Amino acid sequence: MPKLSAILTLISSLILGVGGVWIAYNVDMLPVSASINAPVYDELYRVLFIIGCILFIGMTALVIYSLIQFRRRPGETGDGINLEGNISLEIFWTAIPAIVVLFVGLYSYDIYDRMGGMQPLMHDHSGQMDNQNERVWGGIGSGPIESLSTKNLSSLPIELTAMQFAFIFHYPKGDIISGELHVPVGREVSLKMESKDVIHAFWVPQFRLKQDVIPGQPTILNFTPTKAGNFPIVCAELCGPYHGGMRSNVIVDEQEDFDAWLKENSKETI
Amino acid sequence: MTISLKQSTPPPEKLQPTGWLKYLSFSLDHKVIGLQYLVCGFLFYLIGGSLAGAIRVELTSPLSDFMPREVYNQVLTLHGTIMIFLWIVPVVNGAFGNYLIPFYVGARDMAFPRLNAVAFWLIPPSGLMLITSYFINGAAQSGWTAYPPLSITTPAAGQIIWILSVLLLGGSSIFGGINFIATILKLRRPGLKLMQLPMYCWAMLGTSILVVLSTPVLAGTLILLSFDIVAHTGFFNPSLGGNVIVYQHLFWFYSHPAVYIMVLPAFGLVSEILPIHSRKPLFGYTTMVFSIMGIVVLGLVVWAHHMFTSGTPPWMRLFFTIATAFIAVPTGIKFFNWVATLWGGKISLNAAMLFACGFIINFVLGGITGVALAQVPFDVHVHDTYFVVAHFHYIVYGGSVFVIFSSIYHWFPKVTGKMLNENLGRFHFIITFIGFNLCFAPQHWLGLNGMPRRVAEYDPQFQLINQISSIGALLMALSTLPFLWNILQSSLYGDDAGDNPWNALTPEWLTSSPPPVENWEGEAPLVLEPYGYGEKDSNKTREAIK
Repeated sequence: MPKLSAILTLISSLILGVGGVWIAYNVDMLPVSASINAPVYDELYRVLFIIGCILFIGMTALVIYSLIQFRRRPGETGDGINLEGNISLEIFWTAIPAIVVLFVGLYSYDIYDRMGGMQPLMHDHSGQMDNQNERVWGGIGSGPIESLSTKNLSSLPIELTAMQFAFIFHYPKGDIISGELHVPVGREVSLKMESKDVIHAFWVPQFRLKQDVIPGQPTILNFTPTKAGNFPIVCAELCGPYHGGMRSNVIVDEQEDFDAWLKENSKETI
Repeated sequence: MTISLKQSTPPPEKLQPTGWLKYLSFSLDHKVIGLQYLVCGFLFYLIGGSLAGAIRVELTSPLSDFMPREVYNQVLTLHGTIMIFLWIVPVVNGAFGNYLIPFYVGARDMAFPRLNAVAFWLIPPSGLMLITSYFINGAAQSGWTAYPPLSITTPAAGQIIWILSVLLLGGSSIFGGINFIATILKLRRPGLKLMQLPMYCWAMLGTSILVVLSTPVLAGTLILLSFDIVAHTGFFNPSLGGNVIVYQHLFWFYSHPAVYIMVLPAFGLVSEILPIHSRKPLFGYTTMVFSIMGIVVLGLVVWAHHMFTSGTPPWMRLFFTIATAFIAVPTGIKFFNWVATLWGGKISLNAAMLFACGFIINFVLGGITGVALAQVPFDVHVHDTYFVVAHFHYIVYGGSVFVIFSSIYHWFPKVTGKMLNENLGRFHFIITFIGFNLCFAPQHWLGLNGMPRRVAEYDPQFQLINQISSIGALLMALSTLPFLWNILQSSLYGDDAGDNPWNALTPEWLTSSPPPVENWEGEAPLVLEPYGYGEKDSNKTREAIK
């Protein structure tokens, strides 16, 4: 019966593959995507979800099938088959994870590159470092993704100071200090972040971006919002008793609304 | 390998207390020490589990209303530290390692029995110290990772006691590791080759190499951290010119291998249990050995995947992504081999087998989310969220703890000479499996949607899912009751097990239950094929041993 079992194997693998893809496209577990790299992230997530579903359901099915098919029936004695190994099978299932992992690795490298992770860092808003010894690390999104009209606009510099238990945003243009982050739609924002006390992390789930805010070591996070709205900013690194309460909002406005907000709040005339 | 250590003879009977008192004594018998590790670990598991219960109660509502915020952070710090350093690491290594390794290599005791007893007796005082710190001045509240500068700025007393306690536990772990390496390499019965050892020996050899290489790094790091706290030095204190990222590198250089220290022995135990209850040889012995060693080597070079959002340069992110993802290859081989071990067997669906198969299913899910987390772009969204919490509980609870239960059901007849109640055992499995998945599967969604870890309060939109998770935690807590009842009832009134109730071939079953102090009457048996099951020649193997 090797032919029959081969056909059965083929059919069940096909069902498994199609099922995995179906699940990944029908079970949506992610929040709204609101930044330029969020759709890129979601693409990676979907591919990982498909592979994960296929592997998990496949392995679980194999285990459950074995437990049922090869269970010891009442009154049965004796051992199973004497099978100590099979070189070609073992090579086969060394190759499967290796190929999957290689594919996932290359694919996520590509995603990482598209998110701007491989771009050289813009050292400062002006393109110059104020201090040669200052060490600046960037998060993903340090470079622009080619879409919208971001190329023509320079990025909007904002400084973030994190402290127990608040995020303080400072807009050099207009010298505004705010507890909430106001940004316009479609323009790249360059956040320069530093912590006053312990390590915090700046996370906007809808932007799919997170970067630790570290004392003594500034970090830069660039991102471009694509959707107007009000999204949470969450501190993601344990920072003390009120860590859970360390939250703020990012308010993404249309350009005109943002300009109005800027004008209303700035201390100097622009 | 011509030098061989002298077989340590069992200590004179007179100096050792007998009866139950020996379990409270400085016993040198590896079997007594193994049980000391197990029972002590289980008591700490109950404490750590109660702390987890407190966390889940706090999280049933989005407000911080069950306990003060400082206390919540102490509770989560103690929960992590107790579960890792006082339950899983001592039990999968110390308890089963001490009980089984001398049997497997054909020795009468471990290579260094006194060091072995010292390693165990470091654990209860450090554990008690850690827990009492809560009542003195408040326990540490910077998480089990103790990242500076938080760990430097939180109350010093609790943090220093935490450091001292982890240092002692690390010392215990190193003593154990050295002992296992010496026993496996030097105390093997003449005629027994390395490639004829049961798989658990290989797992323990690999684990002990990791312990001996990486634990000293943690010790050094924590000593520097304690200098920063007590003597106000500036190793990791940015206001004195220190670097907080360096701490993270040093910490994870130990603490990622620590995951393999918790999981590799579990892999070994499962490799012992599956062949016996499916009556088949372990599939692919040689590839299993090489995959263990592959995991050991790769496990040492993946630590920075815990730091993808910490401020790591792009090349470092890429290197650690690739190294981490490739651990899936040797791990995948092991899982396929286990399924192949089941295939075509005559499987007894007893509690030991169910927990072992539950482990396979849980761990596959934890492994898949692990490969996903290794991808930098994926990780920057879910790092430090409940997605990570779900992932590592699938590894350490769904993986290691399921294997601990499986092993208890499997070796209980050997240790006590009594059988456990199988129906109660299956009931225990069902409640644990449902409770565990109900508790942790929904947490993947929480993390993806914006709930960070280690918080006492959260966005109200997550309340329902958190409550479902808490119900799962309640089931997990309740599942301990049938287990404890089973253990108590069976050790008093259980059916007589006989010497070899599973009809197994590994050497610990070829002696009486419970085994005599010197392990075997007369010469240790020479088991060249520990997995010689299967219709063709199991009788031949059995005769060969005699």
